[in-house]
Amino acid sequence: MKRLFSKEFWQERDVEMFIGKQLRWGVITSSIIAFIGGIIYLFSHGSDTPAYHVFNGAPVYVRHLPGIFHGVARGDGMAIIQLGVVVLLATPITRIAFSVLAFAMEKDKLYVMITLLVLSIIIFSIFSGLGG
Amino acid sequence: MSILLFTLILLAGAFMAGLLGSLTGLGGGVVLIPLLTLVFHVDIRYAVGASLVASIANSSGAAAAYIREGITNVRIGMFLEIATTTGAIIGALIAVYTSTSLVAILFGVVLLFSAAMTIRKKNEHGDNTSNSKLAQVLKLNSSYPVNGEMVPYKVRGVGGGYALMTLAGIVSGLLGIGSGALKVLAMDNVMRIPFKVSTTTSNFMIGVTAAASAVVYLQRGYIDPGIAMPVVLGVLAGAFAGSRLLMKLDVKKLRLLFSIVISALAIQMIYNGLTGKL
Repeated sequence: MKRLFSKEFWQERDVEMFIGKQLRWGVITSSIIAFIGGIIYLFSHGSDTPAYHVFNGAPVYVRHLPGIFHGVARGDGMAIIQLGVVVLLATPITRIAFSVLAFAMEKDKLYVMITLLVLSIIIFSIFSGLGG
Repeated sequence: MSILLFTLILLAGAFMAGLLGSLTGLGGGVVLIPLLTLVFHVDIRYAVGASLVASIANSSGAAAAYIREGITNVRIGMFLEIATTTGAIIGALIAVYTSTSLVAILFGVVLLFSAAMTIRKKNEHGDNTSNSKLAQVLKLNSSYPVNGEMVPYKVRGVGGGYALMTLAGIVSGLLGIGSGALKVLAMDNVMRIPFKVSTTTSNFMIGVTAAASAVVYLQRGYIDPGIAMPVVLGVLAGAFAGSRLLMKLDVKKLRLLFSIVISALAIQMIYNGLTGKL
C-alpha cells in the first residue's frame, strides 16, 4: 500500500501494470460472484422453463443497486449474479478513475481534464435516469 | 427445455463465441447475438444486453495482457473515448425508439462489414510524415516495439477519426457489440496508426465504451441474470482458451473461414429482420 503513494510508482510504467492487474482482478471477482449466484439460481429455478422469446425485461429488483443488495442479503441467486455483472461494469470505470490519478502524477493537466471528461460522461449515464 | 439445460447449452455456445472472438479479434458479440436470436429464439433486446456484458468481460480480460506489452497507446485511447462514450449513450437512447427488426437488419449490415474487415489488407507500418498540429497538441504521436526496437509513428486525421469513433460508439450502444471493426477502421485508415497499436488500443476502449451504455441497459432490464451468467462465464473461458491457441495456430485460414460463417449469419439476420421474424 505504501508503494501506491510513492512518486516513482506513478512515474514509471508500473502504474500501467497496476491498472492491468486491477482489470484482471475485476474480471476474476465478477466471474466468481456470478458463478456462485448461478449455482444458487439453478438450484431454485433449474427445472423451470425459460421464457426469453418474449421481452418482459429482467425482474425489477435486479435493475438497480438497492434492489440487488436486498436480494443478495436474502441469498437470491439472480441478485447475486447481477452483483457480479455490476462488479464487471465497474471494472473499466474504476480503470478510468485510476488513470486520472496516473495523469495527475505525470503532471499532464490536459489528460487529467480529458480523463475526467470521460469519467463524467459515464457518471452522467448512470445517474441521468436515461434507463428509466 | 428446462432452465438447467438452457444454461448448459448457452454456456457451451458462449465458450465458442469467446474462442472465435478472440482468435479473429472481433470480440464475442458478433457470434453471440446471432446464436441467441437465431438458435435460442431469445428476444434481441436480451441478446443486446448479454452481448454488452460479454464485450466488457472480453476487453478487460485481454487489456491486462496487452498493457503489459506496452503497445497500447493510452492517450489515443483516452482521447477517443470521449467520442465513443458520448456515442454509446446516444446509441442506447435511440435504441428505445428503434424496432427490433431494424436492430436485426443494422446488426446484419455491421456484421457483413466486420467480416470484410477481417480479411482486408492491414496497415502494418505506421506513418511518420504527418505534421498534424492537433496530434501534437494532444500528444498522440508515440512509438511501439517491433522486434525489440522502438519504432516511432505520427498520427493524422484526428478530426475524421474522432467523428468515426462517435459513430462506432453509437453502433456499439445501439447493437450491444464492441464494434471493434469500426474502431480499427478509424484508427488504421483515417488516423494511419500501425495495425498492432490500433487493435490493442481498440480493445482497450471497448470495455469503457460498453460500460457507458450497459449501465443504461441494466436499468432498463435488458440484462437478465439468467442469460448474463452463462454468457459471461462462457465467453471469458473461451477468450482465455483462444488467447492460448492464438500463439500456436495459423489464424489466416481461420479468419477467412470465420468471415464466411459470419456473412452467412449476417444475411440470416437481415432476412429475419426484413420478414419481421426478429
